[in-house]
Amino acid sequence: MTNWNVILGIAKTHLVTKMKSTATATLGVTFGIGAYITMVSFMTGLNTMLDDLVLNQTPHIHLYNEIRPSETQPISRYQDFENALNFVHSIKPKQNQEKIHNALPILNYLKKHPNVKGATPQLRAQIFYLSGSIELGGNLVGVDILEEARLSNMEDNIVQGSARALKSSNNGILLGSGLAKKMSLDIGDRVQVSTVSGDIFPLKIVGVYQSGIAEIDNVQSFANLNTVQRILGESANYVTDINIKLLDILKSEPMARSLEKQFNIKAVDINEANAQFETGTSVRNLITYAVSITLLIVAGFGIYNILNMLIYEKMKDIAILKATGFSGKDVQYIFMAQAMIIGLAGGILGLVIGFGLSHLIDNTPFETDALPTINTYPVNYNINSYLIGISFALLSTFIAGYLPSNKAKKIDPVKIIRGT
Amino acid sequence: MNFVLEAKKINKHFHKPKDFHVLKDISFGVRSGEFVSIMGKSGSGKSTLLYILSTMDTDYTGDLYLNDQLISGKPQKELSRIRNKNIGFVFQFHYLLSEFSVLENVMLPAKKLAEKSLVEIERNAHQKLEMLHIGHLAHQKASRISGGEKQRVAIARALINDPAILMGDEPTGNLDSHNSENVFNIFKNLKKEQGLSLLVVTHDEDFAKRTDRIIEMEDGMIIHQ
Repeated sequence: MTNWNVILGIAKTHLVTKMKSTATATLGVTFGIGAYITMVSFMTGLNTMLDDLVLNQTPHIHLYNEIRPSETQPISRYQDFENALNFVHSIKPKQNQEKIHNALPILNYLKKHPNVKGATPQLRAQIFYLSGSIELGGNLVGVDILEEARLSNMEDNIVQGSARALKSSNNGILLGSGLAKKMSLDIGDRVQVSTVSGDIFPLKIVGVYQSGIAEIDNVQSFANLNTVQRILGESANYVTDINIKLLDILKSEPMARSLEKQFNIKAVDINEANAQFETGTSVRNLITYAVSITLLIVAGFGIYNILNMLIYEKMKDIAILKATGFSGKDVQYIFMAQAMIIGLAGGILGLVIGFGLSHLIDNTPFETDALPTINTYPVNYNINSYLIGISFALLSTFIAGYLPSNKAKKIDPVKIIRGT
Repeated sequence: MNFVLEAKKINKHFHKPKDFHVLKDISFGVRSGEFVSIMGKSGSGKSTLLYILSTMDTDYTGDLYLNDQLISGKPQKELSRIRNKNIGFVFQFHYLLSEFSVLENVMLPAKKLAEKSLVEIERNAHQKLEMLHIGHLAHQKASRISGGEKQRVAIARALINDPAILMGDEPTGNLDSHNSENVFNIFKNLKKEQGLSLLVVTHDEDFAKRTDRIIEMEDGMIIHQ
């Protein structure tokens, strides 16, 4: 029995004749939602960037031989001392080779695994960079560079030169940017490296690598796997690390455990390696949402106030409407309709403004040495935040409208008309 | 006994600030086509009675019949509809919706009733306004016409759904003698030409004397009818 045409007509007339209040209330919602969209887009963009910065450098599963003492010392196996208490001082790590045993068969097995996107062998070597009489300690990582480029964003981090240039060079090196700066070296120059055992090799700089994390860039360089094997004087099956990228990252943990058992090797999955990072991300998200919700609640109170005032002003009108046959529900709908129109208009306008501001931020220059691939502030355009934004606009205006409109519903027309 | 509106043993108490028996065993009826006025001193309960009869006030005991149908104790929603369809109400102060045009004000109760098409409602509204000689004001804002005109617009609004009875709470109380005369004549014509039943609370003795019947109230009781 509700005649929506009439109700919406009255609501519209109220809104239009009180244009100032309507505009204020609408702008309240608009700013709330706009700020929410901007905040969320910017913060999640920033989060994603920081995540990528660290997580993309981290394989989903990392296989290597860990240097550690044997878990059961020989004396524990000796049955005569079974019930005795043993003290063994100065336990040394187990004599163990650094290379992964049977690396090539393991790689072949992994490459055929259905959940593996790719597996790359790495050879980490401790070396010294020689610059005149100065020796700088560091790492040289032998990699299958094209495979690495396919599986990670490594290519983005090569600020000069290219992955392909390394591949096609027999004795090339991708020098860490911090090292290049320290030794005043540039692409095309030569750098001498010395192994722990003292052998010296000249390498040609075919590119500069900058991860954005200074600790890495100051010590680490990349070369082809066979180059490093040659430097160390090892054979083609000498591999110290295997990095695995999975198709389904959620399976990294159980898979790491099963690989550990299967190959008797240390396997670290991505969550284990970056537990603290996850925490940071979730705390940042929490802050974003707390601030946004506060903004929206403030906007909601604005609507509540304005509708309350409007109803106070319209007491007489409400009494007349009721006297001429409008029910309490009808009157409530009239004011609810106003709230919802304000919410919808303000919400949509807020989405547009939020999008505009995020776009503006997206195009603001943001140059930093730490992040070679980033030129502008990162922004994440996620349809979900827009849906949440408009839903919250409608929800908050609904609540802000419901309470005053419920009051309007209960107004006793006789009291108003008789002036008591 | 063909009553349009009939009250049987209506009793009402005001509970605040302390219990006060404002209406005592009120029983009377308004016949179809009758022009009845209620008189009484301030505080005699005549307005209170009118608001009970108008179904807006439901806090009373006793039975109220409209067109021989019991309407006491019906839910608010239904009362709203009864009010909308069967009862026209004119207040002492004109009480138009000031943001709407005169025509919209008149049309509103009919739009709510939604028994006729919009075109028909608009034609009816124009017709009512013409009948009260204010057709030329149809598209004016309700806040921009004179007091006498406003009262006539209010009467047009009360008539738009062709109600069974028209009630007035001192409809001339706020008007000068010329406009009062005007309103009285309108009521008289409505009764004569359309057989409308009218029930008007008034202070104005001249007004009351010219109605068909005067109900006099004192201290919450009918002392003469």
